[in-house]
Amino acid sequence: MLNNTIIFGIVTGIALLASFIFDKKKTILGLKKGWKMLFNILHPFLNILILISVVLFFIPSSLIVKYLGANSGWLGFGIAAIIGSITLIPGFISYPLAATLLKQGATYGVVAVFMITLMMVGIVTLPLEIKYFGKKAAILRNVFNFIAAIIIGIMMGWLM
Amino acid sequence: MNKKLIANKHLKNYAWVILFVIFSVVSYFIGFKPGAVIYSNFNEFFIEMISFIPLLFILIGLFDVWFPKEVLEKHIGKESGIKGILLVILLAMLQAGPLYGAFPVAYILHKKGASVKNIFIYLGAFSSMKIPMLGIEIGYLGIKFTILRTLISLPLFILIGYVMEKILGKDFEVKEVKA
Repeated sequence: MLNNTIIFGIVTGIALLASFIFDKKKTILGLKKGWKMLFNILHPFLNILILISVVLFFIPSSLIVKYLGANSGWLGFGIAAIIGSITLIPGFISYPLAATLLKQGATYGVVAVFMITLMMVGIVTLPLEIKYFGKKAAILRNVFNFIAAIIIGIMMGWLM
Repeated sequence: MNKKLIANKHLKNYAWVILFVIFSVVSYFIGFKPGAVIYSNFNEFFIEMISFIPLLFILIGLFDVWFPKEVLEKHIGKESGIKGILLVILLAMLQAGPLYGAFPVAYILHKKGASVKNIFIYLGAFSSMKIPMLGIEIGYLGIKFTILRTLISLPLFILIGYVMEKILGKDFEVKEVKA
């Protein structure tokens, strides 16, 4: 965590410096926009953190580990893929959850397939998607993305 | 009057945070165990969050001013080739929010003459390569995880774009959905 933060900090610093050298005004405008967006997301973010803190108190980690943890194998992989495909959890909830799963012994493959199906497949939002793209295109997109998510999950489990 | 309204709105937004602070302080003084556990959960998450979120929003703000959407939208038509693919990916990376937020943008892209392939590549990139998302992903799951996942995903959703164009052909249409 600390290493990642340092690398991220260096990248941000270089980008900020480069931007400042090229255009001071634009940089200040960018910082203002960034601050405004941060401010807008801050209270939902804090609420979510409070919610996860409470939920984690009530759901014992042994239960999560049992179904998605180190020894869950292909069943865990399948459960993660199905839950991820059906539900819609915003990134700022799902990432802390994914990090928690990893800490509690879930494999990278299981966490990856859960995250990727969450991002790319949306059964809950399928009716809306059909309205925009038509039945055929919407269903095809979800099916292809589900297959892609499984491939990515397996490869991530193998590479990490 | 106006100031009071704004203050009320802030108070409402932070109602849960304020309640949580009160709950934690009271738990501490009366020795309520669950309160302490919940607070220590929260504290861990909060430190994690505060260490990268401000950096992330500096990057988002800079990206926003240097790459305006209007400039990108011009170059993603049917004859656009690799340049068009790169541009839709870049456009998607600049955005934020859940995938269904990308559908109205897909409609605009379609109206502006984007190819079927580019629309689905856009949706793929939107679902998994948004800059704010990648920042959060790096913070929580690490740089190695994020880079690997992105590198494996990228060719797959470009492939999906080509396959979708092949299957759907020229009849494909994006409809406007009104709220």
